[in-house]
Amino acid sequence: MSDGLMQLLDPDAIVLGSDASTNEEIIRILAGRLEALGYVKSSYADAVVRREMTIPTGLPLERADNVAVPHTDPEHVLRPGIAMGTLRKPVTFANMEDPDEKLQVGFVFLLAINDKDKQIEALQSVMATIQNPDALDGLRSARSLDDVRAVLG
Amino acid sequence: MSRQKTILFACGTGIATSTAVNVAVTEAMKKRGLTFNAQQAKATEVPGLADSVDFIVATTPISASVTKPVIKGLAFLTGIGKDKVLDEIEAQLRK
Repeated sequence: MSDGLMQLLDPDAIVLGSDASTNEEIIRILAGRLEALGYVKSSYADAVVRREMTIPTGLPLERADNVAVPHTDPEHVLRPGIAMGTLRKPVTFANMEDPDEKLQVGFVFLLAINDKDKQIEALQSVMATIQNPDALDGLRSARSLDDVRAVLG
Repeated sequence: MSRQKTILFACGTGIATSTAVNVAVTEAMKKRGLTFNAQQAKATEVPGLADSVDFIVATTPISASVTKPVIKGLAFLTGIGKDKVLDEIEAQLRK
């Protein structure tokens, strides 16, 4: 079950079983990792949190733990990267397509994207993982980086 | 089919999810023997661009002032209901 996402995820930007209780909290935890690792500017976290309020990124997958893909404008990004968080208990994000609908989210892929033509593969492998229920189930029970590697290859 | 149609792919930033949807639709339509011109934009830019395209595929809500057909593109991110949306897009391209 390999879709190449592991090559794009910085191991130091993976947070497993987070106790975050709000979407802002998990976004700030993951954005902090991306900032510390030099992927994004200090303005990135605020920009993502602000954007999530007006243009949400929750994706309804017809399961108890859905996915969100928070991101923001390229001006806050220094180099492309992806952070991933799994949540001990799902947190609420709004549905991208219908912001009035709330979704319970158990997986957050925080995207730092600044060039759509060069980052198509990265986006495609995130989407492939989202669309693979077995991969999501594997990530939910992952407790170590090796567990994540076994799922994402 | 006469002239090549233009699809405007829209999302919040005009760079992330609209790219993923653009690629997925382009590949799927190629398999159905259909090609089209693609543009990408932020959802907020759609009202100003809609006149120059045939229809819009969007992952975020689009202003009701837009009169061109708007097809919901979230299925390409979630994988749920993708075939039905592809049929809708094919029908628009064959118009």
